[in-house]
Amino acid sequence: MRKELGIFVLLLALCVVVAILNPKFVSAANLQNTSRLIGLYGIFSIGLGLVIITGGIDLSVGSLFALQGVLLSMMLQEWGWPPLVAVPAVILGSMALGAFHGVLVARVRMQPFVVTLCGLLFYRGLAQFISKEAAKGFGSEGYETLRFLANGNLAGIPMPLVLLAIVGALAFVLLHCSVYGRYLLAVGRNEDAARYSGIDTKMVIGSAYVISMALAGVAGILIAFYTNSISPATHGSFYELYGIAAAVLGGCSLVGGEGSIVGIVIGTALLQVLQNLVNLLGIPSSLNFAVMGAVILLGVLADRLLAARRERRRAVVVEGASKETGTVP
Amino acid sequence: MPSLLELVSITKRFPGVVALQDVSLSVRPAEVVALIGENGAGKSTLMKILGGVYQADEGTLRVDGRDVRIRSVADAIALGIAFIHQELNVLDNLEVGANVFLGREPTRAGPLRLIDRGRIDRESAKCLARLGLEVSPRTPLRDLSLAQRQMVEIAKALSQQARVLIMDEPTSCLTLTETERLLATVKELRAQGVSVIYISHRLGEIEQIADRVVALRDGRNAGELARAEIGHRNMVRLMVGRELKDLYVEGRGKRGETCLEVRELVTAAYPDRAVSFTLAHGEVLGLAGLVGAGRSEVAQTIFGVDPMLGGQVLAQGKPLRIACARDALSAGICLIPEDRRRTGLVTAMSIRENLSLPALRPCGAGWPRLSWCGLVRFGEERAHAERQVRDFGVKTPGIETRAMNLSGGNQQKVVLGKWLALQPKVVIFDEPTRGIDIGAKADIYRLIRELADRGVAILLISSEMEEVMGVSDRIAVMHEGRIAGFLNRGEYTEERIMNLAVGRHEVTA
Repeated sequence: MRKELGIFVLLLALCVVVAILNPKFVSAANLQNTSRLIGLYGIFSIGLGLVIITGGIDLSVGSLFALQGVLLSMMLQEWGWPPLVAVPAVILGSMALGAFHGVLVARVRMQPFVVTLCGLLFYRGLAQFISKEAAKGFGSEGYETLRFLANGNLAGIPMPLVLLAIVGALAFVLLHCSVYGRYLLAVGRNEDAARYSGIDTKMVIGSAYVISMALAGVAGILIAFYTNSISPATHGSFYELYGIAAAVLGGCSLVGGEGSIVGIVIGTALLQVLQNLVNLLGIPSSLNFAVMGAVILLGVLADRLLAARRERRRAVVVEGASKETGTVP
Repeated sequence: MPSLLELVSITKRFPGVVALQDVSLSVRPAEVVALIGENGAGKSTLMKILGGVYQADEGTLRVDGRDVRIRSVADAIALGIAFIHQELNVLDNLEVGANVFLGREPTRAGPLRLIDRGRIDRESAKCLARLGLEVSPRTPLRDLSLAQRQMVEIAKALSQQARVLIMDEPTSCLTLTETERLLATVKELRAQGVSVIYISHRLGEIEQIADRVVALRDGRNAGELARAEIGHRNMVRLMVGRELKDLYVEGRGKRGETCLEVRELVTAAYPDRAVSFTLAHGEVLGLAGLVGAGRSEVAQTIFGVDPMLGGQVLAQGKPLRIACARDALSAGICLIPEDRRRTGLVTAMSIRENLSLPALRPCGAGWPRLSWCGLVRFGEERAHAERQVRDFGVKTPGIETRAMNLSGGNQQKVVLGKWLALQPKVVIFDEPTRGIDIGAKADIYRLIRELADRGVAILLISSEMEEVMGVSDRIAVMHEGRIAGFLNRGEYTEERIMNLAVGRHEVTA
């Protein structure tokens, strides 16, 4: 709770500062645009967060977006598949890849970084090959529902944000209220003890990758329609890093076993507000990445320093409370 | 003889508690002082003050009769005080010599200050020779046994000219022969003029090597025993403050029907050996043997966390299919594992979460219903945790305390509460009292007996001879992956068990 509160205060402070420096920040158009991006990024960041909680990582998401975008465009535009077939195909396809990653990580015991790094390279290359390096899109006609989900508003609220609220609520219940969520946290903390407690740890770890990729499938479709132009070499690149950064800012530990859905969503919002800040404050957009890198570093550093202080204080109290110093807290 | 080291009237307070009150301890040159006391008595705090980890609030430290201040570990080392920790501080990716000189590598002349490996080799070989450890300084540490690694750590202390070695539970992970070896080394060090402060729960070892015993109880001096007075009874009296008459509770001697049959079980540790035994309702079967005899592997294989390479486990005559821990749990088999922190608990999680972890998905009659449609019932979960904490007497500020912040004895109580809530028919205890003080031990022995009296079948793995003989109705002794023999109550003596454990001859029962 403390971590979420800290980053939430940071988010608010940042919003206030930007709003004072450039009142355009609170204009309806800007708020809508920013929150649309928060929705798009938040959906897949939640998935990445779940994987990170198991102690894993998924670097392949951005490349997957390119592959998905290219295939979706081809299914709809070139092969004439109806959206009701193409959309499930894309999502199920992503889940199949997630299952593949999950098996390699949980069963074959390959390192998640390596598995998904190969995915990052492979899917990007595949997207470029299939599309013959040509940009793909969805034209300007048809697919009203999909366009609405990506670009429309519901009572002024961008649809991706609405979807994020739904996905977030479901994920919240999954992680914080369900038995499965408890297993995810337990496996991330101590896989051996979880296994000795009768938990099918391979299944738990593997399924996190499937859930993550399912969410990436949903987000990928929305992003494809949001941009409406998929250049296979660049579409979605670095998105996985945004997702990882959001999760880490939101309190997930890359060692696993720690994290919350609320934190991940706030982390996503913080990143998008930062992006917005670069635009609105007239900072050269070439500095975009530098600003983000610096802020993430500072955020995590501050959190680390505060945590270290808390731990020191607690260690003393615990030593005292139990008097037994044989157990190192 | 003047004291080499003196701690006079040490008081140490932590917020809310006085950990040490007016505690004194002196060590003479070439003396082995055993420091005993229950968990929480203040042994470790006292040693951390001596080792420079904590500062005393009051009191004086003297070395060679001069007042000194020990503000850091470096200060302690400079005064010749070295701490051999329970968890060894050696790096297994480095060589032996590199470990001995870690952090103070001798360098060669020249601007690059390259490491002088020749000197490392020569000087660490000297220290290793003093300990009788015949390994080359160039051996990678990972090729050494746990006992040898411990020797390397001692060699490191010697190379720093240590005059007082503090050894905290040095034998808790050693086999019997390794323990003998270590005790011989301690005697040898004493002969060379080194003093040792020896902390152990194993009173037998203390009887063997200590020149003097100092007992702490509740953060105060509880008394001392001179060489002639050192005996089991006296030590227990000092530690507990009363005589512990009945550490072990005698069984009723009634053997029920067969509950579990293990037939030709083959484990990954010994793929060419098979183990067979039966376990009756209400029976405590002790599994004795040396460390490495394959006892834990048998337990882990029955419990489904290690692969079963062959054989069968039968309950009520029907073969069980056990591929994972969950299968074993459904069959009513629980394992209280050896290593609490690695496999017994998720130490970073709260007591509540640990207690409910295996029970969240019920798969047996009598299990608490802690979830509904895959969702955790938080109210029930809290009530369950409160109940187990109360029933097992876990001393904790509350159920939200993280397991890592509990003492060893209390952690073990959480582990017991976690499993025994599942109404098991068979409970396998793997070294249930390792690193636990004598009061908590008595609790665990009583609990084992209560379970057995209720008809639960119990398999008790223990390396403590006295424990295995005191608690078991029957003992199976393992030697190198197979059961060398069975002994019934009344038949077993320490010698017979030992003979079987080292494979000297076989007895069949």
